[in-house]
Amino acid sequence: MSEAVLSVRNLRTYFMYKDAEVHAVDGVDLDVRAGEIVCLVGESGCGKSMTSLSIMRLVPQPAGRIVSGKILLDGVDLLRLSEDEMTDVRGNQISMIFQEPMTALNPVLTVGDQITEVLLRHRRMRKREAWQRAVEMLEFVGVARAAQIVHEYPHQLSGGMRQRVMIAMAMVCEPKLLIADEPTTALDVTIQAQVLDLMRKMRDDFGTALILITHDLGVVAEMADRVVVMYAGQVVESTDADTLFEEPSHPYTRGLLRSIPSLSDDTETLYSIPGTVPDAAAFPEGCRFADRCPLAQPECLATAPVLREVRPGHWVRCHFADKGSVSV
Amino acid sequence: MTTAQALLEVQDLKKYFPVQKGVLRRTVGYVKAVDGVSFRLQPGETLGIVGESGCGKSTLARTIMRVLEPTAGKILLDGQDISQLSGKALRRIRRKFQMVFQDPYASLNPRMSVQDIIAEPLVVNGLVAARDIPAVVADLLEKVGLKADDRQRYPHEFSGGQRQRIGIARAIAVQPRLIVADEAVSALDVSIQAQILNLMQGLKQELGLSYVFISHNLAVVRYISDQVGVMYLGHLVELTTKQALYQQPLHPYSEALLSAALEPSRKHKRERILLRGDVPNPAHPPTGCPFHTRCPKVMDVCRQSRPTLREAAPGHWVACHLH
Repeated sequence: MSEAVLSVRNLRTYFMYKDAEVHAVDGVDLDVRAGEIVCLVGESGCGKSMTSLSIMRLVPQPAGRIVSGKILLDGVDLLRLSEDEMTDVRGNQISMIFQEPMTALNPVLTVGDQITEVLLRHRRMRKREAWQRAVEMLEFVGVARAAQIVHEYPHQLSGGMRQRVMIAMAMVCEPKLLIADEPTTALDVTIQAQVLDLMRKMRDDFGTALILITHDLGVVAEMADRVVVMYAGQVVESTDADTLFEEPSHPYTRGLLRSIPSLSDDTETLYSIPGTVPDAAAFPEGCRFADRCPLAQPECLATAPVLREVRPGHWVRCHFADKGSVSV
Repeated sequence: MTTAQALLEVQDLKKYFPVQKGVLRRTVGYVKAVDGVSFRLQPGETLGIVGESGCGKSTLARTIMRVLEPTAGKILLDGQDISQLSGKALRRIRRKFQMVFQDPYASLNPRMSVQDIIAEPLVVNGLVAARDIPAVVADLLEKVGLKADDRQRYPHEFSGGQRQRIGIARAIAVQPRLIVADEAVSALDVSIQAQILNLMQGLKQELGLSYVFISHNLAVVRYISDQVGVMYLGHLVELTTKQALYQQPLHPYSEALLSAALEPSRKHKRERILLRGDVPNPAHPPTGCPFHTRCPKVMDVCRQSRPTLREAAPGHWVACHLH
């Protein structure tokens, strides 16, 4: 195993919302190695997007703030950098792509303007050279007619095309780490397949590590080397992708997998996790999943479980994760 | 297709939107959002409609609901053609078919209490006396898994899943026979999605409902449907039982769509058919078969003539020159 490119330690990002302190990210640890695809998975409000915005130091101000923790990129703590130094990191060493490319692309600049901007800023290239590189990059991400598209505006492109342009922009400086937040959620399945294929190619050709944030366990099964499952601001399970699907150990992970209808079999009755996610402004004392957990014991309501390594490389936040096989 | 009286029969339904240009708003062409769709739905059955964005599935739902005026074709509900009804007659028949939307928050008036929202269709139709409303609403809320006490609360106090339950309670209030659900679970997290799907399945049994269930999610459609139709650029390209469609899709588009859908499993690694390019602009659909520009099995004939929906095997309808 190679060294981690990114190590997040005990990250806490809190928000003030209607006079209450919301613990959006509440002690998250995360490691990503070179060339590895780590999927960060969970439902709305679990803190997965806020974790990635914290890594980019793009937490919305002033409501949100990173309260504590370390974010080490090749050993350098990003939380200790000045804003200027951080600007040199973003788009250069770490890039990010979003669910809706239209909100991230500038509508009044051409595709070429936006890609070359990154190169002019970080690589100090001459303009002509940068434009040439932009066209090459567009060709690389599979944009047909790249030499023309480079002069077009985002609104002239289809959703799948825009996502390719975003990927080209994010990858043009060959970053060590690419963070993709629900990159295919807004796309149709046939286009999703193309974009996922492209992201895998980016990893293979550039050796870029990838954090893929998604709520879609189908995407996880397709892409992940390792999976980190989040619930209520915390990591509840973290392991390699095969183990996650073969031997999910946290009752939440198991419930989630069983809640998804199958494409290849007829499901008689679908399992559904009862209840809803707890209020992030008032998490319970004990396990945050306890009130929805079919296995909950008095102990779960009283004490919060810690993230433990139950088997080598398999971390679970549950009092009963290694106490024999329990079925949900 | 059987000859028994269908609950819903759609015959060659078309919905065209004019494309207008210039100061005089001259019509320069049409977007054929729904272009000759036919199917039958038996009582107690669920028909799933799948397809990608822009395929016309939502327009189909809205046209069946008579929210949009059909350009041509018939919509028979219990044998009665409702495509030409208007005014009072349309309002009266609306009780038989109701709609559930993707974004429950957008479809619930934020200034009305849950009781007023759910009771509105009952009051409008004069079905329930004012003094009985609280009891009727309480009963409906319990049917959809909410509490009778939730009557006096407002939509913003509920989560997405609960709001969808309110939307369903309103839809079933007038005791309809058919519910058209347009992406009803698409905005929900999977754990909540499963709750709503199970609720809909339960209500179908309990109240003898039929659904037209529109979704882009192939796995969800497999779970809830009996029959499934696949739409592409305004056309129904395949229509059959869910078993036949998911085990042996005949149309190359259905095949590609199914192969591109991802399963939450590391075992089902299937060969993917990667389609090139995007769905063509529906204002300028290709000649011949609408899918021929992306079809991996395209033949010369596909560029010239459009295949019609034919029964390739018993109960298995497909619009493709290969079959």
